Amino acid sequence: MANETPLWEVFIRPRNGLSHKHVGSLHAADEVLALQAARDVYTRRGEGNSIWVVRSVDIVASDPDQSAENFDPTAEKIYRHPTFYEIPEDVGHM
Amino acid sequence: MYSQGLIGADGRTEETEDFLAAFQRRMDAEEKIEPNDAMPEGYRRTLVRQIGQHAHSEIVGMLPEGNWITRAPSLKRKAALLAKVQDEGGHGLYLYSAAETLGVTREQMTEELLSGKAKYSSIFNYPTLSWADIGIIGWLVDGAAIMNQIPLCRCSYGPYARAMIRVCREESFHQRQGYELCLTLSRGTEAQKAMLQDALDRWWWPCLMMFGPHDGDSLHSDQSMAWKIKRFSNDDLRQKFIDATVPQGEYLGLTFPDPELKWNEEKGGYDHGPIDWEEFWRVVKGGGQMNRDRITARKKAWDEGAWVREAALVHAEKRRARQLAAE
Repeated sequence: MANETPLWEVFIRPRNGLSHKHVGSLHAADEVLALQAARDVYTRRGEGNSIWVVRSVDIVASDPDQSAENFDPTAEKIYRHPTFYEIPEDVGHM
Repeated sequence: MYSQGLIGADGRTEETEDFLAAFQRRMDAEEKIEPNDAMPEGYRRTLVRQIGQHAHSEIVGMLPEGNWITRAPSLKRKAALLAKVQDEGGHGLYLYSAAETLGVTREQMTEELLSGKAKYSSIFNYPTLSWADIGIIGWLVDGAAIMNQIPLCRCSYGPYARAMIRVCREESFHQRQGYELCLTLSRGTEAQKAMLQDALDRWWWPCLMMFGPHDGDSLHSDQSMAWKIKRFSNDDLRQKFIDATVPQGEYLGLTFPDPELKWNEEKGGYDHGPIDWEEFWRVVKGGGQMNRDRITARKKAWDEGAWVREAALVHAEKRRARQLAAE
């Protein structure tokens, strides 16, 4: 259908000090209406104090079929974690 | 629930056995499926149908209660009812968005609702005849919905589960305000008490039907269970609902319209009389008192809103062109 109203992803910051978090999506003709709709649909009970809306088509996502090659190797790199290194107890907390 | 045990669902699927077995292993390990993950076609279709029915139910569910907003007896009740109906609109929108992640458009779902191809919960095809109906709907209809929706928060499909978490958080207000409304009537005049009893008499059986057909007659339930879309059987949920609700009704001094309803010590739950499934199927298939009104109202809203949707798109295009010209 040519006349579909575009889809937007909605991100909300629950309060200052926290980052915006994806909460869902909605349809709106433009960014002004998208913000208005996001306020009505996603913040009826004090869910946040700031909204981002991004057109869904503008989001570039990694391919789920490549998730193994992208993300599995980190599991083998245990030397990236502090607990990999032994420090004598005499040294104290580090 | 609002999808009533998947009326008309079709879980058939044609992938290779290896693919299906691998998918089932992910299900068994309680892994969540996200929109772009590979999934069997039957799983996708079942979810589109179920989430769509659920969304339609929320949207159509605004109508019976909306009927009473202008006649609410106090400002407090009016504000609560407005907020509740607005929530239902919101719930419909969360759910449509979740369904859209599966590759169906909002326009397609709307067309299916308006053409009668897609179903919605049979409960909304009953009329709201008195103010007490508003209390009974909050207490029982939303109470039944919560019973069904809490397990859906653990559904294997991520976007549906996340939408349900939001819905459940808001639904508790719906049930409590309904019960409080009933409580007020139960402490009122004889006429108010009679109005409340009349509302229960009309809504009790349709509420039990909300859980869908008995387990033995519920097609596709097994596949939905294996795919972790459904967590409890229709009969189990119905039993839980009855066991939770009967004492609440007794507290209100109400009599349930079922002479066979009685506590069964042995099973630790209530026994109930037979449900009129003929009525259920008649209402689901369009023969309820309000089916025609509900779809007419949705069609009117869609048709009369067409110029607004078109104007908003044209305006957005005009603004975009202006911005480009200014750059």
